[in-house]
Amino acid sequence: MDLLEYQGKELFARHDLPVPEGSHAKSAEEARAASEVLGYPVAVKAQVLIGGRGKAGGIKIAQDAVQAHEHAGDIIGMDIFGPHGEGPFKVHELWVEAGSDIKAEYYASVILDRSAKKLLIMLSHMGGMDVEAVAESNPEALIKEHVDPINGLSLEAALAIVAKSEIPAEFADQVAAILVKMAEIAQTEDATLIEINPLIVNAAGEVVALDSKTTIDDNSLYRHPELEELAAEIEDPQEAMAKERGLTYVKLDGDIGILGNGAGLCMSTLDVVAQAGGAPANFLDAGGGSKADAIINALEVITSDTKVKAVLFNIFGGITRGDEVAKGIIEAVSKMGIELPIVVRLDGTNSEEGLRLLAEAGLDNLHNESTMLGAAERVVELAGSN
Amino acid sequence: MSIIIDNDTKLVISGLTGREGTFHGLRNRDYGTQVVAGVTPGKGGADVEGIPVYDTIAESVQEQGANTSMVFVPARFAAAAINEAIDSGVGTVIAITEGIPVMDMLPTYWKAKEKGVTLIGPNCPGILSPDKANVGIIPAQFFDQGKIGVVSKSGTLTYQIGNELKQAGEGNSSIVGIGGDPIVGSDFIDILTMFEADDETELIVMVGEIGGDAEERAADFIAENISKPVVGYIAGFTAPPGKQMGHAGAIISGSSGTAQAKKEALEAKGVRVGESPTEAAKIAVETLRAL
Repeated sequence: MDLLEYQGKELFARHDLPVPEGSHAKSAEEARAASEVLGYPVAVKAQVLIGGRGKAGGIKIAQDAVQAHEHAGDIIGMDIFGPHGEGPFKVHELWVEAGSDIKAEYYASVILDRSAKKLLIMLSHMGGMDVEAVAESNPEALIKEHVDPINGLSLEAALAIVAKSEIPAEFADQVAAILVKMAEIAQTEDATLIEINPLIVNAAGEVVALDSKTTIDDNSLYRHPELEELAAEIEDPQEAMAKERGLTYVKLDGDIGILGNGAGLCMSTLDVVAQAGGAPANFLDAGGGSKADAIINALEVITSDTKVKAVLFNIFGGITRGDEVAKGIIEAVSKMGIELPIVVRLDGTNSEEGLRLLAEAGLDNLHNESTMLGAAERVVELAGSN
Repeated sequence: MSIIIDNDTKLVISGLTGREGTFHGLRNRDYGTQVVAGVTPGKGGADVEGIPVYDTIAESVQEQGANTSMVFVPARFAAAAINEAIDSGVGTVIAITEGIPVMDMLPTYWKAKEKGVTLIGPNCPGILSPDKANVGIIPAQFFDQGKIGVVSKSGTLTYQIGNELKQAGEGNSSIVGIGGDPIVGSDFIDILTMFEADDETELIVMVGEIGGDAEERAADFIAENISKPVVGYIAGFTAPPGKQMGHAGAIISGSSGTAQAKKEALEAKGVRVGESPTEAAKIAVETLRAL
């Protein structure tokens, strides 16, 4: 789960990692009121989960209350696109922050390094720009050091990292203390990424996090109820519906609804459909041990996407039982009156019983295929003619 | 031979008394695996269909000679159970549980390494050595005993490929599900090393998916260290960047970790990669028969 900038900064503040003063706002009026408390100038910042907000017009400086109101009004409701065309991300919330007099901009991050199986600290005196560009043009300016997986990051180790960078010695203690905090937040709050870009030195000589990009491990949310509450509302209607029903669903652009069991087989099904010339409308992993109810739920989510012209079930039962899948399909089709063509490939545990049930049901829009490739070709053909 | 589990495996199951633990534990026993104990704190002295239950894994090691542990407990207690297993004296820990926080797995991973314990998973279907032992949730009826070693991040995809091999008349030495999480106890390289050393294994099928760089690192390793032919398959060519596809690790951020990059890395090192599970199985069978 990705945190918005202000949510990340509130998390930082709880761990005494210095951040500028600021206030959350959901309307131009709230932003104006916040600015009056903070004093001027203030930065009015769009809260969206994508980088490059400044360039996209999502961050504006206001010198007085009227400007704060005006900027907030412009930014709320805006569609922001990412640097690589991601989005649009609609702006619903703002962070109004006391203006900072920036004397220097650094870069600091801690990220889970899957290859090394350790947390990785990255630090650079070149902040405020794209870190990948820094890594490309000035690799020696980006210091990378792993955190001891058993003992964590000591202040001494953090000071040694700072000493390798070109950050001036007068700020070393503050930066090292921030690195220690970041590693601590990663471990105690289950953050797999904390990126501060820029980490600034302000006019008073204080080192402060001016931005935050934080990702929390979804598997850990049971022990962070306060973070779980922050989860952004899902905007896509099918994705929201799927989440409510506990299904793993990802919306895609095509017109062929896909249901598989197991993430790997489901991903593979998308690939095989694409190879057959089709365009998948979604990824839906019904999971292990799917019962008839789960299948009905899944079909409801898939067919609520009006772009869908045909549906492919690709089931290789291990824990999942073919007869349960068949019962779910039959019940869903008859109850919901689904007329879309549905191609079913059923293999594995109890698949013979499942296929018998499907044959007995005699539903005109059901098509059985015995292989994964055959099923993919059939569904592409049916979607094309529907 | 086979790898990790065989006729000498004496299995202790943490979470045997739970619904899923009982179901799969008994299935593993029915297959012929020596299931010597279950562990549930507070339920020591009970039994599950004749399998004695202990309060701790260490007791089961002492009393029953357990040498392999399977962890089947809910995610929030699983890391503790894995750590208990690592300390108990068993040589192998197979963690099936899905959804363990990654920050719990980081120190656990290093502890297993330090103690020299083989950790498989978490979030994996387990291991099957056909005709010898089955530890986990792999449906054994879709696999035959044979010469092909399979290592995979995904459960159902492994069933798909294994079944295609069976239909073509070929079988497996062992099937190892390493799990789809960002931090797993053993990665492709660890398992490839074991298959290389296993007499029964003549060819290895490696099933990867998007996310991380385990496949790319495996490609380099294969070129240097593996003499047996390796056939690859990668899932997730059509996955859009930034979207998580079920497995916690199956997410692509930026350009690395894509299916295309993994396929190219493998092919650059001489590993043939199938476009579909069917094609991967076909290449494996052809290659094996040409040996």
